[in-house]
Amino acid sequence: MKMSKSFKVLSVLMIAAMLVIAGCGNNKGKNDNAAGGNAAGGAAADSAAIAKIKERGKLLVGVKFDTRLFGLKDPTSGKVEGFDIDISKAIAKKILGDENAIELKEVTSKTRIPMLNNGEIDMVVATMTITEDRKKEVDFSDVYFQAGQSLLVKKGSPITGLESVTKDTKILGSKGATSIKNIKEKVPGVTVLEFDNYQDAFSALKAGQGDALTTDDAILYGMASQDPGFEVVGKPFTDEPYGIAVQKGNADVVKAINDTLAELKANGEYDAIYTKWIGKAPAK
Amino acid sequence: MDFIGAYSADNLKFLLDGLYVTLIVAFVSIFLSFIIGCMIGVIRYSEVPVLSPVMFYLVELIRNLPLLLIIFFIRFALPEVGIKLGLITAAIAALTIFEAAMIAEIVRGGLMSIDKGQIEAARSSGLSSVQTLWHIVLPQGLRRMVPPLVSQFISLLKDTSLAVVISLPELMHNANIVIGHSYSYAIPTLALVALIYFVVNYLLSLLSRRLEHRAV
Amino acid sequence: MEGFYGTLLSSVLALIGSFLIGAVVAVFRMTSVKGLRWFGAVYVEFIRNIPLLLVVYIFYYGPSALGFTLDGFKAGTIGLAVYTSAFIAEAIRAGIMAVPKGQMEAARSSGLSYIQTMLHIILPQAIKLVIPPLGNQFINLIKNSSVLTLVAGLDLMYFADGISTETYRTFDTYIFVAVFYLVLTLPLSYGVRIWERRLQRKY
Repeated sequence: MKMSKSFKVLSVLMIAAMLVIAGCGNNKGKNDNAAGGNAAGGAAADSAAIAKIKERGKLLVGVKFDTRLFGLKDPTSGKVEGFDIDISKAIAKKILGDENAIELKEVTSKTRIPMLNNGEIDMVVATMTITEDRKKEVDFSDVYFQAGQSLLVKKGSPITGLESVTKDTKILGSKGATSIKNIKEKVPGVTVLEFDNYQDAFSALKAGQGDALTTDDAILYGMASQDPGFEVVGKPFTDEPYGIAVQKGNADVVKAINDTLAELKANGEYDAIYTKWIGKAPAK
Repeated sequence: MDFIGAYSADNLKFLLDGLYVTLIVAFVSIFLSFIIGCMIGVIRYSEVPVLSPVMFYLVELIRNLPLLLIIFFIRFALPEVGIKLGLITAAIAALTIFEAAMIAEIVRGGLMSIDKGQIEAARSSGLSSVQTLWHIVLPQGLRRMVPPLVSQFISLLKDTSLAVVISLPELMHNANIVIGHSYSYAIPTLALVALIYFVVNYLLSLLSRRLEHRAV
Repeated sequence: MEGFYGTLLSSVLALIGSFLIGAVVAVFRMTSVKGLRWFGAVYVEFIRNIPLLLVVYIFYYGPSALGFTLDGFKAGTIGLAVYTSAFIAEAIRAGIMAVPKGQMEAARSSGLSYIQTMLHIILPQAIKLVIPPLGNQFINLIKNSSVLTLVAGLDLMYFADGISTETYRTFDTYIFVAVFYLVLTLPLSYGVRIWERRLQRKY
């Protein structure tokens, strides 16, 4: 009988502890928001973010390690390479004067916003679509890449585009990505299986765990180029403008990024990077 | 299936890099969780007022939660309340907290298994309760704890694989990257990784048997 | 809530599966047939020394090489059952070994066959001893079922990930999920403790 009593106490304690923790969480959140607001208001606080990066002498960028063409870690060289990486380097050059003054940290669709808001990275350059929801959490730069959502299937699949996706189609995707939400809106009731990253999702497609993998066409082309047994089908069915995300209130960092992007576009380097990875010049 | 491609020198080196991270994280966590677990175990055993019951609830709470949840929570939820930990620190902290709770129970069990008569004898021959614990109970208890402790350490080493959820570049994570590179590497890579874990853990359990023999 | 059900279903199925496999392996380990004994030992030693996640991955990616597939839930549940069976086999073996040898000899000399002795004398006693470790394994199973999220296994953790990335409220979501797990595991650990006490009182 003594045990049952202590278990009761345990559950009460547990709930109490959780309430306390949750309460702290909310308060803390409010404080953070308040601090963020102040930073955005004062010009002096504004340059703090840039100053911090300069003091550190290194730009911390969150990129994907598993997305061919954008950010992919090569086991052979140990290097991460892709479109997002080249853009990040240009920003590092702009802010710090050295394109190698950069540290790349792995993010996934699930972890990029928490990591940014924890202050572990200065910015996220990771095939991230600008959405209204996300704007509440982070600040975005101008669009640096225009993608559209599409489908990747095994060659010879009966699926030829969004039209042939039905309720019984098994769609694979990545946790925290906009593409999941989109496909659920386009095809209500469709089965979607979410993975921690695109690599796992692609492995699952290859293992026959689903009928089609959905995400932005640019990423899908990268996968198709890796394995000729798969192809991208149908027309893109959404607009996915990629932006670079920074912590809310860091207006000066956003400005530095936008200046970099404008310069790259003006001097033709953007086109060069685009062609290098995507294989064709960007549509004008 | 492509065994030759999967076992290229580059892939093997990449997997070994992962093993290195696995081992570092595992050994630091084993060390820390052993110390913390022993402390909590002794507190629980000695029935200190307030402290012991609090530890009981804490240990019960942690033991009944999935490690995966704890890892993800420490890495991505704690920052929301202002506790920010880096990638490796978070992995080590999560493993340490979880395994320390397990070890605390093992330690307490080991201490409880010591014959009460011995304690009474020690006390009546003039030793204080702390002295009794230190000279009589702990040395014997520790010896009995060796087998369960080692199997707990083996669990810990295996559990480091769960840190894939926070992208810790350990063995399992690197295996996934190799598989992502070419799917024909999937089975060969998984088989190799299984062998690596087995060899490391089996060596650990052999070591423990050695220790037991010596202790007896 | 759907995830709660997924976690529960997977855990129960895996428990039954692992119990059956575990019992067979335990018998293998104690027979006089050398080959079977050897197989049982290798099975237990190998499985116990590799991570659960790896076992699950093998069942998730492996079958496609043989021309069929197991979805995340099935692969995860089978992986869980196989992994846990190694621990259960050991628990059962330990339970049977704990019954004093003299009883076997006494029963045999009083005319019972080996199988009769096992069924009527040894097993009933062994089961009582085996229940606490089995209960602990079941608690582990529930906790371990969280790895299903990594193969999109539709469990509690999988849906938690979905909610937390949609709402950006990581902290609140996972506290909530933790409570769900505790609802499943705490009563079980309580039960195991009570049973253990009862056993101790008896001896």
